[in-house]
Amino acid sequence: MIVAAIETTQAIVIGIAFAAITVIGLSAGRWRKADLHDLDEWALGGRQFGGVLTWFLQGGSVYTTYSFVAVPALVFGAGAIGFFALPYLVITYLVAFLVVPRLWQLAHDRGYVTPADFVRDRFQSRTLAAAVTLTGIVATMPYVALQVYGIEICMAQIGLPVQASLWTAFALLAVITYLSGLRSATLIAVVKDVLIWVTVIVAVIYVPLHLGGYHHAFSQVPASKLLLPHRLDGDYVTLAIGSGLALFLYPHTLTGALASKSRFVVQRNSIFLPVYTVMLGLLAILGYLAVAAGVHPSAHYGNNAAVPALLDKVFPPWFAGFGLASIAIGALVPAAMMAIAAANLFARNVWRELRPETSPRTQTQVSKIAALFVKFGAVGFVLAVPTTYVVNFQLAAGVWILQTLPAIFLGLLWRRLPARAVLAGWVVGTAYGTYLLVRVGFDSSSASFGLGSHHTELFMGIPALAANLLVACGVMLVLRLRGKESLQAIATS
Amino acid sequence: MGQVEGEAQPQRRRWAPWLFLLPVAAIVYPPLYDRVSPTIAGVPFFVWYQLVVVVFGGVVTGVVYLLRGGERAA
Repeated sequence: MIVAAIETTQAIVIGIAFAAITVIGLSAGRWRKADLHDLDEWALGGRQFGGVLTWFLQGGSVYTTYSFVAVPALVFGAGAIGFFALPYLVITYLVAFLVVPRLWQLAHDRGYVTPADFVRDRFQSRTLAAAVTLTGIVATMPYVALQVYGIEICMAQIGLPVQASLWTAFALLAVITYLSGLRSATLIAVVKDVLIWVTVIVAVIYVPLHLGGYHHAFSQVPASKLLLPHRLDGDYVTLAIGSGLALFLYPHTLTGALASKSRFVVQRNSIFLPVYTVMLGLLAILGYLAVAAGVHPSAHYGNNAAVPALLDKVFPPWFAGFGLASIAIGALVPAAMMAIAAANLFARNVWRELRPETSPRTQTQVSKIAALFVKFGAVGFVLAVPTTYVVNFQLAAGVWILQTLPAIFLGLLWRRLPARAVLAGWVVGTAYGTYLLVRVGFDSSSASFGLGSHHTELFMGIPALAANLLVACGVMLVLRLRGKESLQAIATS
Repeated sequence: MGQVEGEAQPQRRRWAPWLFLLPVAAIVYPPLYDRVSPTIAGVPFFVWYQLVVVVFGGVVTGVVYLLRGGERAA
């Protein structure tokens, strides 16, 4: 761990911010009061949120530490490739508009809480639902860990003792979500957005002024970082498409969508969510500004500390503290949503599957307790495992979750798709994706793929998904031909 | 790939979602926009072009929503 002096002013500001969200989070239980022993109320806020709250909540689930820390870090360290987050979100909103509202409607009509609920009902296959549940939990855990990691970087930048402050932050979060469920995440999401927006807008105006203007700042950035090398074209596009298709396959993003009161709210939201993407673009620009400012992030956290270090270097302590608090709180909201979503998968698709007689009340209790395990498990994971793995496992999660696309999205759009074909595709896609990840030691989610003499870097999720779809189509054709044969056999007998 | 299942009631202007191809086409081939100039206030073309496409994508989504009749499309 790094040893640094505690910035007293920053520590006081972040302390006040955490105290404020604790009060807000705890009072959220009494907001739009309902029986929080009901899973729909605890985990989905009663499926009643209108446009504005859904906007904040979906922003809370889509824009995470990944956006606030990892993307600017990529721009800071590697350059233009980090901007893949912009085309990625263009794809995301297309999915959010065309596919998610259908899922909302079915979930509303038939009472689904998790994506696996849909798969179980649509395909009538426990095995396929189990595969989707397993992937959902395995992919969400490193995502929660990444949020913990984001908070850790902020705490370390301030110089607070990392272990103690992380356990404190997550103990607060655990109590809040246990008692108030998704309602607390929604209200904290509003606070988070106000803080983040203020930080980002002040930063993109103040930092360049501090550095002698945008022109001057960008002229300090090496030309090689401003443009995408041609060998990375394929990587850039496949990362964007793969991540864009994957985002709404994560259980927690679906939670945000299902909490809204109608599918039109979901649709209208995808018109206005790009506002956040503009913010993300500005944050990515902060990665360049950190280069221009000559920031030297701590050796321990490397590029991931670029933006926190920039805030610390450029701003007076009270505003640096404000900015760091906003990044930390920006990680708490998605962490809470992910914990709730993973816990729901456990309660509904593991526990209830094994004990079908479980009452809805007990299910909610199981989910609440599972959410605690998810949160503390993530903190323990981050403190125990070397930090570089935290970011890498999150990349691996993207490869895995993408393999549930046929089960969830195609299952939704394509009625005649049989369970066995999807399951075979999932097995092959997941195995192939894992093989690709293992081959590079989980060090990256991109690899070189060749066709003849032509080689190009691609995001592994896409070739794995291609294998998945090919196998699924192949199995489907075989099943259909066999089906015809048996029909003929019946007809001729 | 395969047929898309029909809505419960006939939907207005079913072609409207094809408009999504516009923002997708605008970003799917990076060499198209992988340039520094023209810059805006020092910000490279590569960055601001993509920000414009993001906003354009939001506008297209809004247009598709309205073309399909908004909430009446139920």
